[in-house]
Amino acid sequence: MIDSLARETLLEPGGITDDGLASVLGATFGRGTDGGDCYFQFTSQEGWSLEDGLVKSASFNIERGVGIRVISGEQTGFAYSDEISLPAMLEAGRTARSIASAGQTGSIPVRPGAARDTALYLPDDPLGSLDEGRKIELLKHMDAVARAADPRVTQVICSLAGVREVVLILTADGELVTDVRPLVRMNVQVLVEQGGRRESGSSGGGGRSGYAFFTEADRAGAYAREAVRQALVNLEAVDAPAGTMKVVLGPGWPGVLLHEAIGHGLEGDFNRKGTSAFAGRIGERVAAPGISIVDDGTMPGRRGSLNVDDEGTVTQQTTLIEDGYLRGYMQDRLNARLSGTHSTGNGRRESYAHLPMPRMTNTYMLPGTTEPGEILASVDRGLYAVNFGGGQVDITSGKFVFSASEAYLIENGRVTRPVKGATLIGNGPDVLTRVSMIGNDLELDTGVGTCGKEGQGVPVGVGQPTLRIDGMTVGGTQAA
Amino acid sequence: MILDHARACGASAAQAAVSHNVGLAVTVRRGEVETLEYERDQQMGLVAYFGQSKGAASTTDFSPEALRQTAEAACRIARHTEPDPHAGLPDPDEQARDWPDLQLDHPWDCPAGRAIDLARQVETAGFGVDPRVDNSEGASVSTRRAMSVLGDTQGFMGGYRSTRHSISCALVARGDGGMQRDYAYGTSRDPSWLPAGEAIGREAAERALRRLGARKLGTRQCPVLFVPEMARSLIGSFARAVSGGAQYRKSSFLLDAAGQEIFPDWMHIVEDPLLPGALGSAPFDGEGVRTRPRDLVTAGVLQDYILDSYAARRLGLRTTGNAGGARNVSVKPHPGEKGLQALLSDMGTGLLVTEMIGQGVNLVTGDYSRGAAGFWVENGEIAYPVEEITIAGNLRDVFRGIGAVGSDVDIRGNIRTGSILVEAMTVAGD
Repeated sequence: MIDSLARETLLEPGGITDDGLASVLGATFGRGTDGGDCYFQFTSQEGWSLEDGLVKSASFNIERGVGIRVISGEQTGFAYSDEISLPAMLEAGRTARSIASAGQTGSIPVRPGAARDTALYLPDDPLGSLDEGRKIELLKHMDAVARAADPRVTQVICSLAGVREVVLILTADGELVTDVRPLVRMNVQVLVEQGGRRESGSSGGGGRSGYAFFTEADRAGAYAREAVRQALVNLEAVDAPAGTMKVVLGPGWPGVLLHEAIGHGLEGDFNRKGTSAFAGRIGERVAAPGISIVDDGTMPGRRGSLNVDDEGTVTQQTTLIEDGYLRGYMQDRLNARLSGTHSTGNGRRESYAHLPMPRMTNTYMLPGTTEPGEILASVDRGLYAVNFGGGQVDITSGKFVFSASEAYLIENGRVTRPVKGATLIGNGPDVLTRVSMIGNDLELDTGVGTCGKEGQGVPVGVGQPTLRIDGMTVGGTQAA
Repeated sequence: MILDHARACGASAAQAAVSHNVGLAVTVRRGEVETLEYERDQQMGLVAYFGQSKGAASTTDFSPEALRQTAEAACRIARHTEPDPHAGLPDPDEQARDWPDLQLDHPWDCPAGRAIDLARQVETAGFGVDPRVDNSEGASVSTRRAMSVLGDTQGFMGGYRSTRHSISCALVARGDGGMQRDYAYGTSRDPSWLPAGEAIGREAAERALRRLGARKLGTRQCPVLFVPEMARSLIGSFARAVSGGAQYRKSSFLLDAAGQEIFPDWMHIVEDPLLPGALGSAPFDGEGVRTRPRDLVTAGVLQDYILDSYAARRLGLRTTGNAGGARNVSVKPHPGEKGLQALLSDMGTGLLVTEMIGQGVNLVTGDYSRGAAGFWVENGEIAYPVEEITIAGNLRDVFRGIGAVGSDVDIRGNIRTGSILVEAMTVAGD
């Protein structure tokens, strides 16, 4: 069904048959090339937003095209077209193969590629999963819940977004793989005011499903209450401490730590090139005993999940760190081949107009056995950080940051005053060796992450249990 | 044609923007071609108004069928969104009728083979600096030419071409304490304004080398000197805080700050969107409104906000021609002509910041905390490289605490500033 839907959307409008594809493959990927692919994509997306209590603007966007990538050794030639037709493909193919001194083959027959037995999400169109009036109602509900939560709320901005991506991947040797990917997201930002002081809070979530995700268990309302709660906490926040101290990270979204501190450093391209601080360290201890971290593209309905990656490889759960030892990297096909290993289903691209590279999916740490309360009680003086904005890493030096948006002081084993947001900075290769306690409360984030690499953004997930780290630099303003 | 479709669907007004870009980008790594990318993008965006209700749609597919569907989608949305008294096309009197040639279009006849040769020269020059420079993330050469056209149903129609060419290089140096990566780049509208490729390669190598052996600092308060590339982000935070959206949403630490002294009394910041050949220049803004040079900050006092016509109506003001953002925001050097070396002497002992990572800027409160790397400076001389530290403060205090702006202005972006010396910030480390 997904196959016929993808063909109907991507190939039929241009009158493209399997024979036509076979001739393009033959003309593009002859002798002298080491693979590559044709990536067909049709994306429709919409965004609705509410401000001042009114849904005043919305947008709808269509993106359609095909990207052709020709690989020869370590070299990649790439061209794309926003017209999906055989002549346009032949032209893009000719351009892309200019890196290789390649001969042509007559034609390369098209055959079905690998597919997942049980799909991780349904191919339904989220944009059509609610009518326009109900989308507006959902936003108004979110707004009303936020405003009702506290009289100090002065501004509420809500958004609802849905995307449907239909992709068809044709590999150089003729394997044809398809996927239809829904993705929805709601977000809310509130401003609160008290005695002339203004603070903000935000929350949101989503996943690979229809908009019903937000009405189930009133998730939309829960996001609104959470945003108000955070903003009110910030109204009471005092200046954050500055210096190196013990840090307890809450469960869930603080897993952005793993994404930045070690995730990017374990992507296959940086390791093949030797530019990652983790290069050549498979089998070495890089984390404290008890720490195991996986990247898992197979979690049903989650934002970072994919039935198949953007190179047509079925996604999997990949162990990155097992009981503190570095076990593996995340690979796409090009880097796997050049490193003498297999793709782990992590080849991802932002669109047909971008080249794929090794990217994370859902990256999280497995739970330990300690009660979170016990972890907090064990700290004399430190920082308890439960919510974060984004982060960033320099994969070569290993230095990474992530910015706390909700944090508290821990004094004598008790969580006391809230402190203002502050950036935490650490060294990826050793931060996980400083983890001294691992909670039993693994949580995944609510479905809000977008990871940027070389200018390409892709949706990802993170997660972790409560963690105690003995020594991270906290970038506040008050000398500790 | 798309505007006709919108009218046919019942729109009372509409605005369409079409862009078309072609480009070439090559990356060479360790002497071999790594990627060769041919770019060709097009997009059509439409905003349709039904009275005061608004809908937007865009497509990359220019077939007649897709264009019609896009117009219908924008109109369908506009029938559902709620009326906003401030929505609508700009006042036609504000729109440009004619405009100067800003010299933004300088195509580079650089076929793939030449681009590859140039990228090789860049990287080779970098590797030649020192044997410790032993790895590379590649040298890249890219060239892009864009055409943008804007039209609306009240008669505005305008378009212009522009080009942008870049050379960049990222190299890795290895020392006893590990690896360091750094990069250098040049970017301009006219290829003849680009620095020599070899100079970019050497600069990338020297920057990576000078970071080797970096250590942490102890937590302290001290003066901080931002090199121009980093100083740019401070001025960028200022521009965002005085933009219309942040003002009418009351989500700015510089709320209602026009007329207030937010910088030292010697500081001047201007916006000049008509600067010939500059990267931020545009003859009209994203709504067809005339762009014009103006003062943003005079003698430390904020003169005006950065507004499009919607934000202007919300605030009861007039558009400043900033649909699409501020253009060529320039900070005047002070005191006198001082390069980085002179500012280091002025600072004496403190932190020179050459790189920052992470977001860490809260525009609602002005609270600022970012990861940093750079050099510890003693008596005006660079003592040693530092990393894994943060710098923090509140931007209101940071802005008021600016002690000097260098004449080493970096023009490779939309914000043009020299190095900025801030008298005191909190540095967190060990």
